Amino acid sequence: MITYIARRMLQALVVMAAVSFISFSLFNYVGDPVDNMVGQEATLEDRAYIRQVLGLEDPFYVQYGRFLQNAVQGKFGISYRTKRSVTEMIVERLPATLELVFVSALIALGLGIPLGVYTGINRSSWISKAVLTVSLVGVSLPTFIIGIGLIYIFAVHLGVLPSSGRSGTVDLGGWRTSFLTVDGWRSIILPALTLSLFQVTMILRLVRAEMLEIMRTDFIKFARARGLPERKVNYSHALKNTLVPVITIIGLNIGGLIAFSLITETVFQWPGTGLMFIQAVDFVDVPIMAAYLCFVALIFVTINLVVDILYFVIDPRLRAEGGH
Amino acid sequence: MKIRAIALAAIMSTTSFVGIAQAENVLRWTSQGDALTLDPMSQNEGPTNSMNGQIYEPLVTRDREMVLEAALAESWAPVGATGWEFKLRKGVKFHDGADFTAEDVAFSITRAQSKSSDFKEQVKSIKEVKIIDDHTVQFVTDGPNPILPNEITNLYMMDKGWAEKNKVLTPQDYAAGEETFAVRNANGTGPFIVEQRLPDELTVLVKNPNWWGAASAEHNLDKVEYRPIKNAATRVAALLSGEVDFVLDPPLQDLQRIAAQDGLKTQTINQIRTIFFGMDQGVDELRSSDVKGKNPFKDVRVRQALYQAIDIEAIKRVVMEGLSFPAGMITSPGVHGFTKELDARPPFDPEASKKLLAEAGYPDGFSVQLDCPNDRYNNDEKICQATVAMLAKIGVKVKLDAIPKSQHFPKIKNRVSDFYMLGWGVPTLDSHYVFAYLLHSKGGWNGTGYANAKVDELTDAFAVETDLAKRDQMIAEAWKIVKDDVVYLPLHHQVIGWGMSTKLDLPILPNDSPQFRWAKMQ
Repeated sequence: MITYIARRMLQALVVMAAVSFISFSLFNYVGDPVDNMVGQEATLEDRAYIRQVLGLEDPFYVQYGRFLQNAVQGKFGISYRTKRSVTEMIVERLPATLELVFVSALIALGLGIPLGVYTGINRSSWISKAVLTVSLVGVSLPTFIIGIGLIYIFAVHLGVLPSSGRSGTVDLGGWRTSFLTVDGWRSIILPALTLSLFQVTMILRLVRAEMLEIMRTDFIKFARARGLPERKVNYSHALKNTLVPVITIIGLNIGGLIAFSLITETVFQWPGTGLMFIQAVDFVDVPIMAAYLCFVALIFVTINLVVDILYFVIDPRLRAEGGH
Repeated sequence: MKIRAIALAAIMSTTSFVGIAQAENVLRWTSQGDALTLDPMSQNEGPTNSMNGQIYEPLVTRDREMVLEAALAESWAPVGATGWEFKLRKGVKFHDGADFTAEDVAFSITRAQSKSSDFKEQVKSIKEVKIIDDHTVQFVTDGPNPILPNEITNLYMMDKGWAEKNKVLTPQDYAAGEETFAVRNANGTGPFIVEQRLPDELTVLVKNPNWWGAASAEHNLDKVEYRPIKNAATRVAALLSGEVDFVLDPPLQDLQRIAAQDGLKTQTINQIRTIFFGMDQGVDELRSSDVKGKNPFKDVRVRQALYQAIDIEAIKRVVMEGLSFPAGMITSPGVHGFTKELDARPPFDPEASKKLLAEAGYPDGFSVQLDCPNDRYNNDEKICQATVAMLAKIGVKVKLDAIPKSQHFPKIKNRVSDFYMLGWGVPTLDSHYVFAYLLHSKGGWNGTGYANAKVDELTDAFAVETDLAKRDQMIAEAWKIVKDDVVYLPLHHQVIGWGMSTKLDLPILPNDSPQFRWAKMQ
């Protein structure tokens, strides 16, 4: 078990190094940060001075080496745009993203699983057909359009929810939460719903497909033959067995939600890490971009590692082989 | 009984709360991007100067007509050939209660001259600041500088004692690895005080009751709340839903829709920014052209042909939806040296263009690449697309490369673009700023390679000419030369539009920088 985990962690490190290397080499193509950092009056000497201070004139491998050296010490430098510590900015904005992802994951599970079970069992009811058709909208419309649509319906026309921003936060020792005030909940609803729509559809369809599969298996037939009540067959036996792949996918998707909430965050001006990344790209704020991409890689690597370990715990066959 | 008492208390507390809320005039506003820092010398950028200008003040500012107006200096006048004297306003206090004196002026100038300052150019002519007494300072310049007061309207005064106490004697240095105190804290003399600062999220300013101008203050605000909203559609939605009272930068195509809604209005004005094309007429062979061994842009007839092939009225009508002022010079109304005559364009005439091209030896035209930003100016990419189609009609085959501004501008600065779009604003509101950067052969943003000894000479001369009538003559002469040489192809002066609640009275300014000291809420 320990060698298995050690090997996985080593692989994780290699992935991290690769991601940082690739992302760092891309920064040479996003433009010149110095132009954004000084006014149009700045002379060539001023620009040269900044380039020199930032080490932008050094060859790529020197810059990368310096970045790695600082990164392993947890130092990501100063944002070019806001002139604040990058680590501090990420830590400050992370709660907003995590809470958004948490609420949208709840919505996705709360809607996706019951609807998936229902449509799996009642295959030919018109409600199932309607749900499946509507759910297609969730995957086919871009997040951007859904977000703007929700804003126009709920904020502009009905005037019941705020259009953007994250108001009503309460500071709990460095973690600003939206969960303790009505205002906080009101402002998280629309972005969370927007972010969750794709996940709802995906979970719904996954659960439905698994249900259809499992309903055909022998042990369900036996359960029926034993005269178990329909509810017990559907939920205790069938649903339970669909959940293994569903949990795997959800786990991986949470990483995706954290990393790619950036469109939703931009539409709703949600002050999380995604919005921060978009702003950094506009400004060519290399320290933020580098740190953010490493951070996202870390999330994926960690989730994968946890999932691998969970497999190990859940699946006895892996254990018997002593890891492969 | 007890319950009734509690209920009564609750009612009373709510009513008193409502009472306070009504008495307070809160202006809530938004724009695309937040101020980058509250350090007034760290970043010379529009939104940053605009935010800091509510909190800090310069010696000399501008009124609604963009004419110089006294701020922290009550009066100013040249002394000798190479200096300016400023009489400072008395009884001015910083937000923390410290007195504003000549010491602070000297300190602020020194700070602006430090290596990490982004305002070095504005104060580079100042050799020394002499403190005559507590409320008089003299700036000794390295030569005559007739426009020094124009150059320092965005140079805000800081308190020396506060800077020493908080170790912010110089602006943030990128090499220093940590944030300085002045990035999120401010201590100015201005009409508003920072109450809360969450960068990129929320900035709350409250009225400064001890402001020197409070007695004659035109604004009636108690509080200004700013939330940046990056997405344009969301920004407009926030205005339509009444969550904000003022949007600085609604998309121009949404202005009609905003004006049509009850309770909202829009204002437009020409911005101090002109959009134009530059052509590299300095190199011997264009990098992107099929013409080899020579550079077609070197021939003034070719430049004239391109100029007359652009149907600017069509661009105004179709691309800009009427929101632009076609231009014949590369600087805007409001800038000293601008005249209506110079701003006239030659007629749109593709036939004349074809003839000019034939005379110049390109009867079948030629090919060239046009570099264009896609996230900087109003409809920048669309203007370029329209131009490509118009130039195709005279046989000039243009390949368009529209890219983000952070990749576009280095092309101009590094002189690797043959044909490019640029827009130019003029913070000093004086033609010298245009000549020094765009037309002088050593100009930092002159990507055209244009080098005319006479223009250089005139530019250098009117930089230091203190006889204003003579100076105006030189400026006019220089403009005439560059117009005849068709150095740039002027397109239009940009229009800015603000959207706001009808309850708000806020004068629109051509520098796109709202001044809340003039804002009134009903």
